[in-house]
Amino acid sequence: MDLLTIFRIAFKALARNKMRSALTMLGIIIGVGAVIAMVSIGQGAQASVQQQIASVGTNLLFVGAGSMNVGGVRSGTGASSTNTLNDDDIEAIRRECPSVAMASPSVRAGAQLIFGNQNWNSSVQGVNEQISEIRKWPLQTGEFITENDVRNAARVVVIGQTIADNLFPGIDPLGQMVRVRGLPFRVIGIMARKGQDAQGRDQDDVLFAPYTTVQKKLLNITNIQFAYVSAISPAATYIAQQQITDLLRQRHKLGPNQDNDFFVRNMTDVADAADETNRIMTILLSSIAGVSLLVGGIGIMNIMLVSVTERTREIGIRMAIGARSSVVRTQFLIESIVLSLIGGIIGILLGIAISYAIPKLVGWPTLISITAIIGSVVFSAMVGIFFGYYPARKAAALDPIEALRYE
Amino acid sequence: MTVENGKRPVIELSDIHKIYQMGDVEVRALRGVSLKIYQGEFVAIMGASGSGKSTTMNILGCLDRPTRGTYILDGQDVSELSKDERADIRNHKIGFVFQGFNLLSRTSAMENVELPLLYAAVPTSERHRRSMEAIEAVGLKGRELSHPNQLSGGQQQRVAIARAIATKPTLILADEPTGNLDSRTSVEVMEIFQRLNREQGITLLLVTHEHDIAEYADRVIVFKDGKIKNDYPVTHRRDARDELKILAETPMEENL
Repeated sequence: MDLLTIFRIAFKALARNKMRSALTMLGIIIGVGAVIAMVSIGQGAQASVQQQIASVGTNLLFVGAGSMNVGGVRSGTGASSTNTLNDDDIEAIRRECPSVAMASPSVRAGAQLIFGNQNWNSSVQGVNEQISEIRKWPLQTGEFITENDVRNAARVVVIGQTIADNLFPGIDPLGQMVRVRGLPFRVIGIMARKGQDAQGRDQDDVLFAPYTTVQKKLLNITNIQFAYVSAISPAATYIAQQQITDLLRQRHKLGPNQDNDFFVRNMTDVADAADETNRIMTILLSSIAGVSLLVGGIGIMNIMLVSVTERTREIGIRMAIGARSSVVRTQFLIESIVLSLIGGIIGILLGIAISYAIPKLVGWPTLISITAIIGSVVFSAMVGIFFGYYPARKAAALDPIEALRYE
Repeated sequence: MTVENGKRPVIELSDIHKIYQMGDVEVRALRGVSLKIYQGEFVAIMGASGSGKSTTMNILGCLDRPTRGTYILDGQDVSELSKDERADIRNHKIGFVFQGFNLLSRTSAMENVELPLLYAAVPTSERHRRSMEAIEAVGLKGRELSHPNQLSGGQQQRVAIARAIATKPTLILADEPTGNLDSRTSVEVMEIFQRLNREQGITLLLVTHEHDIAEYADRVIVFKDGKIKNDYPVTHRRDARDELKILAETPMEENL
């Protein structure tokens, strides 16, 4: 007897009890759907981090005052009181490290902004004229801070889109005077929209001012908190990092046994760390989803076992009118495989639908994984074979005389 | 193959023994049964429960194997066949009609009749043709798409008969086919059996414990204590066709 005929018999048997078939599939549908949705959330997060890293530039380095060493008691890294870094250090990095292309000091000051009757709480970032290029963040309109502005500690600002939207609703901000901590600053430019960073913070909620101005007029300090440095190429990032470290240790007169009083990070490390976090999350989420897939498989076995008992008489009839044991076994096996495969396919559609819905509903990025889809199909077919085999064998082992007498 | 009375035996049982092992106890269900049934015979098998008639039917139906003795069905020794070979024999040579109808629920009459043909791997169009033919033969034309729960007991039993004859078997085994039916419907079912026997020459074996049902057959075999106690031809055979005519003339209330 050919497989196609047995397939037809199995399919008719499934169609005879649609409710039971649907309930049996439910476990697999939810399991497969969950796996695909979870993997696509994980992969989406990973891809969005990658994209963010690429947008800030893979040749970007980040130098901060203080130490990354968490073993000892250190003052907070990058706090304005951590005065281990100054603009001379940054100037030296720019001049003396051959693998460094550009560098900008950075000081940050939280500030209340006032324009007319509007006010907005944001942060002023003191930088030099190179920051736009280092961070690959272009200007939308106006001009950027010049070398001259930095030298003269000019009271000029370049504002981000969020500030333009909130502080200047319906007004062209260019040329307007905005009060920062009570001091008037002239708006000379507006940055292009940058969007959220990897942590979901709004990068457009920022004002750029010459770092000298922020140091003298707003914070009254001479040190700097951070510096953005770009290497001459992505490949030169690690060499640049080494050169900066060597230079700063030498400049800060640190002995061989002394820890760094600064830190240098490159974006590749940041990307790798974020990647690793996301990877662990993906594995975690998909293993939980995998458990539900396993439970779905056991559900199939349960229903198939109940089904064999419930259909004992039917099996007896089939055997009496000439179905061989092997045909009965194959029929039940096919029923279970068909159930889990159809369940798998519906689950895939469900998973894809969830993957499309999540960005719209909660704003998380998703990326549908072909591997997860193929994996789910293979897995659900295997679930069908594995969990269907025992009930099928049980059905085939029935004695037709006993089965016919079964009430 | 022995030929007697110009006919060949469809069934030839020689010294059949069946012993069941129930724990430590040996139950000797059959103790040497020998019998010949010829092509076109309509045989009623009678006996009290425990007499061995059910065991004989199971062996005749190739659902079970004798412990000892030989069973020749249609010229072939089937007493030593494997499970699968017996399944094929049941499919090709034997049609079953049960007391409880044993139709597949939620399945149309047509599909129930087709089922043995499906297992015989008969091509679709041929399968439809043959099952339609069988449904017509039992007078259910027009009801082929009805499900068992939409049919009366008598109609369900006719579907079961159609399923039994669809494969054109050598032999039909009917196990208490009227046990669940009222007397009028029983006559209707017996009419179908007699007609199939008369017109198509189908060999019929009917297990019953009712004497009046046995009288529709042309030969009665009585079992007792695992042996054949009596084997005699029916002298005053009932004709279901005539009885139905008389019943049709009498008002309904009287024959209920």
